[in-house]
Amino acid sequence: MSLLQIEKLRLKIGNQLVLNDVDMSISPGEVMGLVGESGSGKSMTALAVMQLAPVNARIKGRIVFDGTEILSATEQQMCALRGDDIGMVFQEPMTALNPVKTIGAQVAEGIRWHTRASRAEAEAHARKILDRVGMPEQKFPLSRYPHELSGGQRQRVAIAIACALKPKLLIADEPTTALDVVLQAQILDLLRELVAENKMSLLFISHDLAVVTEMADRITILRQGQVTETGDTARTLSEASHPYTRQLALASMHMPLRTKPYVDDSENLLELSNVTRDYPGRRRSLFSRPDPVRAVDNVSLTMKPGASIALVGRSGCGKSTLARMILALDKPTSGTIRFRGLDITKASDDELRRPRRNMQVVFQDPYGSFDPRHTVERLVAEPLYLLDRRLNRKERREMVAKALHEVGLGRADMEKYPHEFSGGQRQRLSIARAIITRPKLVVADEPVSALDVSIRAQILDLFAELNHRLGISYLFITHDLTVARAITDDVLVMHEGRIVERGKTSEVLDHPQSEAAQALVSAAPNLHRAIARRLQEQG
Amino acid sequence: MTDVATHQPDSWGGFIRRALSNRSFVIGLFVTLIVVAMAVVSLFWTPFDITKLVVADRMQPPSSEHWFGTDHFGRDVLSMIMIGSRNSIAVALVAVGIGMGIGVPLGCWAAARGGWVDEVLMRFNDVVFAFPALLSAVMITAVFGPGAINAIIAIGIFNIPVFARVARAGALSIWPREYILAARAAGKGPARITVEHILPNIANLLLVQGTIQFALGILAEAGLSYVGLGTQPPLPSWGRMLFDAQTVMMVAPWLALFPGCAILLTVLGLNLLGDGISDIFDPRARRRA
Repeated sequence: MSLLQIEKLRLKIGNQLVLNDVDMSISPGEVMGLVGESGSGKSMTALAVMQLAPVNARIKGRIVFDGTEILSATEQQMCALRGDDIGMVFQEPMTALNPVKTIGAQVAEGIRWHTRASRAEAEAHARKILDRVGMPEQKFPLSRYPHELSGGQRQRVAIAIACALKPKLLIADEPTTALDVVLQAQILDLLRELVAENKMSLLFISHDLAVVTEMADRITILRQGQVTETGDTARTLSEASHPYTRQLALASMHMPLRTKPYVDDSENLLELSNVTRDYPGRRRSLFSRPDPVRAVDNVSLTMKPGASIALVGRSGCGKSTLARMILALDKPTSGTIRFRGLDITKASDDELRRPRRNMQVVFQDPYGSFDPRHTVERLVAEPLYLLDRRLNRKERREMVAKALHEVGLGRADMEKYPHEFSGGQRQRLSIARAIITRPKLVVADEPVSALDVSIRAQILDLFAELNHRLGISYLFITHDLTVARAITDDVLVMHEGRIVERGKTSEVLDHPQSEAAQALVSAAPNLHRAIARRLQEQG
Repeated sequence: MTDVATHQPDSWGGFIRRALSNRSFVIGLFVTLIVVAMAVVSLFWTPFDITKLVVADRMQPPSSEHWFGTDHFGRDVLSMIMIGSRNSIAVALVAVGIGMGIGVPLGCWAAARGGWVDEVLMRFNDVVFAFPALLSAVMITAVFGPGAINAIIAIGIFNIPVFARVARAGALSIWPREYILAARAAGKGPARITVEHILPNIANLLLVQGTIQFALGILAEAGLSYVGLGTQPPLPSWGRMLFDAQTVMMVAPWLALFPGCAILLTVLGLNLLGDGISDIFDPRARRRA
């Protein structure tokens, strides 16, 4: 007898068929992995189970949860189910909690509503469950507000809310996508323990095959609203008999072919010496000076032209601050940054035009990095502002067309607006914008972590190709070691503002010496390893 | 996301078609045009001469001769509304213009510079805010003499902090976006970024605030006229008419009804127009239109 049975689920929004005859069943105590690329209907399936699909969605088929027909259940019945028998954890820990309520109140809220417990009882219960998810009261009293917690801690609170009443089914929708690898490993461990302790079933939604393999007993692969394959996780992935499964598995382990560009590397492209950046911290009292917070601590590094270097570290370790200083968007408190011989920390805006032309940036979020009100032509042409000569309209269009061509987009895309592109295409646009001035250095801040595996493989290929063809050096900022391995020669490991380890990428990642690097390597999900472990467990 | 929509290049034809298929824009434009037409026509012609007092016809209810009735001096209400629209609209529009013209740059400057510039500008704003606007306007017009021009300046000054705040708040939410960082990496300075990226993205906020301030401007002009510091008689304004009507509310309700409706319709029309404009200029909304 399965706990959740989905039969021929069909969901239409407008004329778009979002889910097409989805079948799935989860037994009590089972962990089901739901994998697919963005837009494949993973989240919509979860929302349909909670009867939280958008109001304009038309749903057909059957969903039975523990004997209840979900699709014909009244709102009142659903309210009793949600948060009691079915718990849900969302992707974004920053927005899943109410910022104006304490964590204690938010955990206790569901408990009081469903069990009619008194405030004191509910709070006692909340204290217990928060302690269980690793938020003991001595360190995290119930009166804390979400903004006082880090991303990982907030996700723990979200899990506490979902699991407070020991639901029969927990739905986790990309619960670790917004976290760095070390936190991800911790949250996954926590979920696994909770599932085992309470004999819960778990519907685990993710785009990351390695993570799903570590978590799930069985796996369902969705593509464009259709289930392409379902079955035992290890067997499904190791055999990869379905072409789409194989394609996904290959893409998530993809290593682009890299050939070293021919460039003159007698001079250093970039030299950082003893760079430190302090931010004003919180004031202890009205009259005391605020203690500074040191984001980047005494960092020195050099980069040769054509090199590709990864800067890896956990979130909050100062990677992005360092990148902003290299891009001259922020000034270091002390230390010097030389780009092709010029000290950019002391240069005036006018002197910065030349270095700026020669270093560009690609951001993580392909949705946030474009002004929604400009056309692609204008957006991609933005760095041309740095050229000494004003271009006329025709020249400008020529250069934009060329840059678009280089990243695999067409001339016709120039008239479009960013919202008309998919995530992967937008990342191509952002690369086009970065290379239009033929820079010597591109700083890429987590450029592929928001992308699906197959798109990610394409974008990594594109980076490798541009490195070879145009001799562009890269500074990749990432917490994802697969990316570092795939695209860089050297790696710098950063921890609490310092560089704690540096060396050849393969050496550092295979034999990490420092504690920080070891933590990163052991926490990084790895598809091969995960499948092997699964197979071993099953004998 | 597989949102690769079929795309039509932007042209004037497409732009006008999009504008005309936007319902709130069309209705708003229609209402606004009626009000403007009324004001323009009143320059040459009104159904009756409002400088002539016909005491025999006083307090007539609406009829086929006097569509909106007559007031306690026997003047035709329709004619007065037509002439009054000139004053009310001019005062409110110019006051909003002053507020936007000075407030928005100040707000954007504060947001772009941050630090002490922001602090000083915003605290100064708070000071202006702390004065009761209408009372201060009374003071200003009392000192510099009553009249429409002084009323405009007085109302305009108190619009400045409103727009400065809205612009600053909007700009602050746009500044941390990555596309601004990208623009900075492209070497653009704060002024250029503000013009190219910030303003277009906060324009709809400002438009909505503009329509609200316009409505408040009409009311403020009415208030000033009521205490005799705004539009001077015999020139009517909608506000004057409303306040004149309140003493005879029970006997002649049409005297309050029609100027009230005129204010309501104008504000509604401008609101719809503002909504429509911001929709038309938002590329994301284009597919819906």
